[in-house]
Amino acid sequence: MSKETLAFYEEPRIGVFVCDCGSNIAGHLDCSQVAEYAETLPHVVYVKENLYTCSESGIVEIQKGIKDHNLNRVVVASCSPRTHHPLFSSSCAEAGLNPYLFEMVNIRDQCSWVHMGKRDNATHKAKELVRMGVAKSAGLEPQEEIESSLIRKILVIGGGVAGMSAAQALAGMNLEVILVEKSSQYGGLLRQVNTLDTGEDALESVQALAGEISTQEHIKGYLSSEVRDVSGYIGNYDVRINTPDGEVADKVGCIVVATGAVSLIPEGLFEYDGKQVVSMMELEQQLKHNDLSAKRVVFIQCAGARNEQREYCSRICCMMAVKNAMLIKEKYPLTDVQVLYRDMQMYGTHKEQMLWNARGMGVRFHVYDPADPPRVAGGNVSFYQSVTNEEVSLETDLTVLSTPLVPRSDAGTIANMLRVPTDQNGFFLEAHAKLRPLDFAADGIFVCGSGRYPATSVEAKTQGIGVASRVAAILFKDKLVKSAIVAKIHPESCVGCMACLSMCPYEAISYNPELRVCEINEILCKGCGNCAATCPSHSAELKGYKAEQLLAQIGAL
Amino acid sequence: MTKDILVLGGGIAGIQSSLDLAEMGFKVYLVESLPSIGGKMAQLDKTFPTNDCAI
Ligand SMILES: Cc1cc2nc3c(=O)[nH]c(=O)nc-3n(C[C@H](O)[C@H](O)[C@H](O)COP(=O)(O)OP(=O)(O)OC[C@H]3O[C@@H](n4cnc5c(N)ncnc54)[C@H](O)[C@@H]3O)c2cc1C
Ligand code: SF4
Ligand code: SF4
Ligand code: SF4
Repeated sequence: MSKETLAFYEEPRIGVFVCDCGSNIAGHLDCSQVAEYAETLPHVVYVKENLYTCSESGIVEIQKGIKDHNLNRVVVASCSPRTHHPLFSSSCAEAGLNPYLFEMVNIRDQCSWVHMGKRDNATHKAKELVRMGVAKSAGLEPQEEIESSLIRKILVIGGGVAGMSAAQALAGMNLEVILVEKSSQYGGLLRQVNTLDTGEDALESVQALAGEISTQEHIKGYLSSEVRDVSGYIGNYDVRINTPDGEVADKVGCIVVATGAVSLIPEGLFEYDGKQVVSMMELEQQLKHNDLSAKRVVFIQCAGARNEQREYCSRICCMMAVKNAMLIKEKYPLTDVQVLYRDMQMYGTHKEQMLWNARGMGVRFHVYDPADPPRVAGGNVSFYQSVTNEEVSLETDLTVLSTPLVPRSDAGTIANMLRVPTDQNGFFLEAHAKLRPLDFAADGIFVCGSGRYPATSVEAKTQGIGVASRVAAILFKDKLVKSAIVAKIHPESCVGCMACLSMCPYEAISYNPELRVCEINEILCKGCGNCAATCPSHSAELKGYKAEQLLAQIGAL
Repeated sequence: MTKDILVLGGGIAGIQSSLDLAEMGFKVYLVESLPSIGGKMAQLDKTFPTNDCAI
């Protein structure tokens, strides 16, 4: 038994650190009184008030307290555990105290801030909160962090520009990659695109990337293949892939979803017929094969987008229209090109410049009202021009519909297989729009490219490279270490009712039919406590939040 | 070759790259000209689209 663990079996020696948080706490309650009170509580052998407990000097005080007074429990009465628990518990660990013998009491967010102007009441409440925290801490047990192995191999699903970039970046870090592409070639949507907005040939650009992929020794590619089944958890996934040569089974540590999106076919919109009224993708084909004969071209933006059925803006179709309008003007300067739009989505310095250049080349832009959309009939597009308050009618040989990228029809299947969410539109949903844009909430699974939401090829590529660094942050470690605060089921009293199983949001619980009890996968468990709160026989319990510990806390009130 | 990394700018981009690099096991030096890190994000009360506190 380690020295850390031994501390638990000794009589509790509790140190309490009361934080002023500058004036955040001390401005609204009497911290010195709270500290004096703490000294009178059972098992408390040392108390210290600090101006800022989280500052370097505050941390030194805690560590010195542990050593000088042989503390085997530490309580900090300060701010929110959400932000500061990791700092304090790791500081305890540095001083040789098991980090799970640390307890935090929130006397700021839940006390001084909500009882401003009532100093006596706030001081009284802070004392009660500290008394509860001290009572709980006396019953805390040391825990060992959970470790598991990591397989340094990644499964990338989808070989478009996003998936290929992720695979290439990962292989560049000496990590093994399995790249699974459903179609017979790498490249995705860009294979069908003519010229990119940067002037590069789209096909050549993805072929160059595909060439690098196929010669990379760390990448094992499977074309015309699909992932059939995935089981396991971060660091240890078992995957099965259907390939033309039969089923392949392998093990990977992380998974990247890069399955892209498809261009909406404007069936039933604006008299679409694929001849005089075409989609943007069909125009790309005409331009690619140099068979554009139209003398008058009209683009209609937001065709099938930003409406009740599809509320989102596809972000890239305005750029595509301006790009192609310019290409037409360059190649056929006499061709008349007009763009009917609602708002031009031309973000960034490069796209804004494109818009000005297109205007300079003679492309004309007209705003239309979504409540009164353009009408297409027999070589004519008419619309209400709100600026001049008149009906305008344009003669046209070719009408091009800028349709949005939409989720692939099989995105739901992938989502179910990996147990990751999609948004109301069917795009994959990241863990947090700002703070974790490339992670799924499920650990070890990531997303990049147009499957997440419409992206330009540069954005898809950037995301692919970004995903590689998120994966590397996990797989460069020797092993996976996670918090010991997980649930445990006592098989002696579990009756196998599976109430806990249905409550677990992380699918960490499974039923063992032989023993007829439920079991917890500690790696998948996130310590939410749902199972412990649900279990009718009190067989499921959360470490660090056991019934005795919580009851001691409540009993002290 | 020294494997330490210098990150210039302690806004959300600089902080996130420093964190990811540190997770990968590299030593990172994060340099910010202002007295506190956080950049523009830290000055915003609520940020689009999740409307949560930026700090
Ligand atoms: C008409 C048009 C013009 C465009 N012009 C430009 C432009 O000028 N500039 C620009 O930057 N961008 C342009 N784009 C956008 C560009 O196409 C996308 O940014 C790019 O394709 C996104 O790449 P991706 O890898 O995310 O997805 P995709 O290219 O869609 O690739 C996804 C890949 O995953 C594969 N896949 C799907 N499901 C599975 C599965 N279950 N298992 C295995 N594999 C699967 C697919 O077969 C595909 O190969 C244009 C798009 C369109 C529609
Ligand atoms: S990018 Fe432009 S055309 Fe596409 S949905 Fe947004 S506003 Fe409409
Ligand atoms: S604590 Fe939460 S995540 Fe862990 S097994 Fe129980 S319900 Fe699942
Ligand atoms: S709820 Fe309790 S008794 Fe029922 S299966 Fe889960 S642990 Fe066992």
